[in-house]
Amino acid sequence: MSDRESDIRASPAVGDDGGGEVRYLSQRNLEVPTHQIVSPDGSYDEGAIPDLDDEELCDLYRWMVTDRVFSRRMVNIQRRGELGTFGSTRGQEASIIGSAFTLQPQDWLYVGRAWTPMFMRGASMRDMILFWRGIEEGQQAFARQNSQIAISIGSHLPLVAGIAWGMQLDDADAVSTAYLGDGATSTGAAHEGINLAGSLGLPALFFCQNNQYAISMPFEQQSGANTIAQKALAYGIDAIRVDGQDVLAVYDAVQSARERVKNGDPVFVESVTYRLDAHTTSDDPTRYRDDEEVQQWEENDPIERYRTFLKSEGLWSDIDHDAIVEDIEAEFDEALAAANEFEERGVAEMFAYVYDDLPPELARQLDEFEELLERRPEMYDYIEQRPKG
Amino acid sequence: MTMQATIVQAVNDALHTEMERDDRVVVFGEDVAESGGVFRATDELLEEFGTDRVVDTPLSEIAIVGGAAGMAMYGYRPVAEIQFSGFLPPAFDQLVTNASRIRWRTRGELSAPMVVRMPYGAGVRALEHHSESLEGAYGHIPGLKVAVPSTPADTKGLLTAAIRDPDPVLFMEPKRIYRSIRDEVPEGEHEVPLGEAAVRREGSELTVVAWGAMMPATLEAVEQSGVDAEVIDLRTISPMDAETIVESVKKTGRCCVVHEGPRTLGVGSEIIARINDEALMYLEAPVERVTGFDTPVPLLSMEDFYFPHPPRIVEGIERALSV
Ligand SMILES: Cc1ncc(C[n+]2csc(CCOP(=O)(O)OP(=O)(O)O)c2C)c(N)n1
Ligand SMILES: [Mg+2]
Repeated sequence: MSDRESDIRASPAVGDDGGGEVRYLSQRNLEVPTHQIVSPDGSYDEGAIPDLDDEELCDLYRWMVTDRVFSRRMVNIQRRGELGTFGSTRGQEASIIGSAFTLQPQDWLYVGRAWTPMFMRGASMRDMILFWRGIEEGQQAFARQNSQIAISIGSHLPLVAGIAWGMQLDDADAVSTAYLGDGATSTGAAHEGINLAGSLGLPALFFCQNNQYAISMPFEQQSGANTIAQKALAYGIDAIRVDGQDVLAVYDAVQSARERVKNGDPVFVESVTYRLDAHTTSDDPTRYRDDEEVQQWEENDPIERYRTFLKSEGLWSDIDHDAIVEDIEAEFDEALAAANEFEERGVAEMFAYVYDDLPPELARQLDEFEELLERRPEMYDYIEQRPKG
Repeated sequence: MTMQATIVQAVNDALHTEMERDDRVVVFGEDVAESGGVFRATDELLEEFGTDRVVDTPLSEIAIVGGAAGMAMYGYRPVAEIQFSGFLPPAFDQLVTNASRIRWRTRGELSAPMVVRMPYGAGVRALEHHSESLEGAYGHIPGLKVAVPSTPADTKGLLTAAIRDPDPVLFMEPKRIYRSIRDEVPEGEHEVPLGEAAVRREGSELTVVAWGAMMPATLEAVEQSGVDAEVIDLRTISPMDAETIVESVKKTGRCCVVHEGPRTLGVGSEIIARINDEALMYLEAPVERVTGFDTPVPLLSMEDFYFPHPPRIVEGIERALSV
């Protein structure tokens, strides 16, 4: 028996506008606040600082610098021909680190443009180098941390919702997290994934980095919506819009969101940030944006802003910036050396993991190919295996 | 009059020429306008034809393909770009559910004369989903035409035909050879009919069928093998010009089909079936296939292994001749 008072599920609409003029729901009437703790000039309200101890505050700095150094080094080795391509995250460090800092090991994480969160979860820089060298072991390593990188934009949101669904069934003390870009919010998959989370009340956290561009497409053209945050409301999901150049505000917002999400209220966070470098190393941003605009965001550097905060808090003296950079550079050097150790693989690798059990036709194709490679070494005139990019 | 052009330049030239000829032609897709496309296939179109006819769309494959179908039903001639063929799958629904069956559904009252262009295939050292050749899957959709050029002149001619065609056409561009071949392309309007294969080389000992990015490798293999092969460039996957293949096989009695996409349920299977239907009694040996494997295309470090390189094709040719 239903516990509803009536057996009629949906009652007819009750009018409440008194007739007269037709009234519209409009985004013009929607107030979308943007959460910010440390303002661009470095000022802040002491009481607004999130509950983090000094060590954690310094950790945030170290991770942001890690993100920046990692991007710089990756762009450099790509230019030397040691990677296929690479997408730099410069400019988005506060957004990436402030959010990922809230995640727990039991959470699942599916990212767009955010690489350091993998390191924060225990994957190594070597694994990330392998990923960008097009070596399948990269994603395998991330999967061990219940993390993945989505290449087909937006395709991961239904997956994240499904993972959250499992967590819900398990009553798990965990959240399933999707990082996505502003462009990704235009995909059908993203809509359906977010809607599913709203419909079933899933522990899914959507963290959208609005870095103002989807390759050449500026955000204003991506959608008629004034903000991305407001889109979540259509799914009955609460949203936060946060200054993505303010690491403390991002941390505060996502920390608060994670608490809610854990209890089955999905949350969507829009982090307003900027991609300072090219989309990837194959992109030429001068074709679609002005230096002036880039310069304005260069001056809104998230690491600089946080440094000002640390100085005001008297924590800067605890930090040896040069030593941090040196450490990270050394970590990268080691990772690169370890990645360079990666050996060429046999062709069986291509057939591994397509299925749990290799079907007979695939086994036949593999045998035949291995024999052919032995019989016809001239195949290698056309094949270059590139474990080093 | 002819000019020298690469395949990607031929795409651009066809778009310029057809947009000039027919102001109902509208070009849209991700990053096609302001930046001229990630491969520069739509370079300078915005400058020439303006923001109404050259449009950057949101990152929405479903809306790009479904939107093209709707615009075509309304009377325009949309040419939509999918940035990489690996991102067509979200829009597969719009091809299957809408674009390909508007004419059928409305008993000819409406139709969807549209083109979806997209670079396909491996060989550019990109990330996952940037390397597939799924023409077999797309060729399986009734009501949809699928064309795959292999030369600059055909690229211009087939794209022109696709834009002028009364039915939806999926135009798959072999990005591996986008810039590696520079050849003569007729200036001005140039149309190569859809549904007609081309004989690239006449021969008597066996027939080799290939298309798209496989053509240069196939011609190289034929050269290496020293066999007097007849080489057919299929050019259109659907509707398929089986007649040209069948006539050739009747003459040579032997055949090898070469394609980049996976072997199982690939276009090669259909070609062999057509040969069986029409020329079985002329065959002196089973028809051979040299294809991609039934696996995802490996990521870039091992990507080269996937492609059916000339030595594999040479073996296929030898097998077809060995019985
Ligand atoms: C479904 C899909 N379509 C197109 C692409 C090609 N592409 C790669 S990244 C990108 C833009 C993504 O923009 P956004 O979501 O804002 O993320 P950002 O790169 O800015 O972090 C595009 C169009 C893709 N990877 N997947
Ligand atoms: Mg973006």
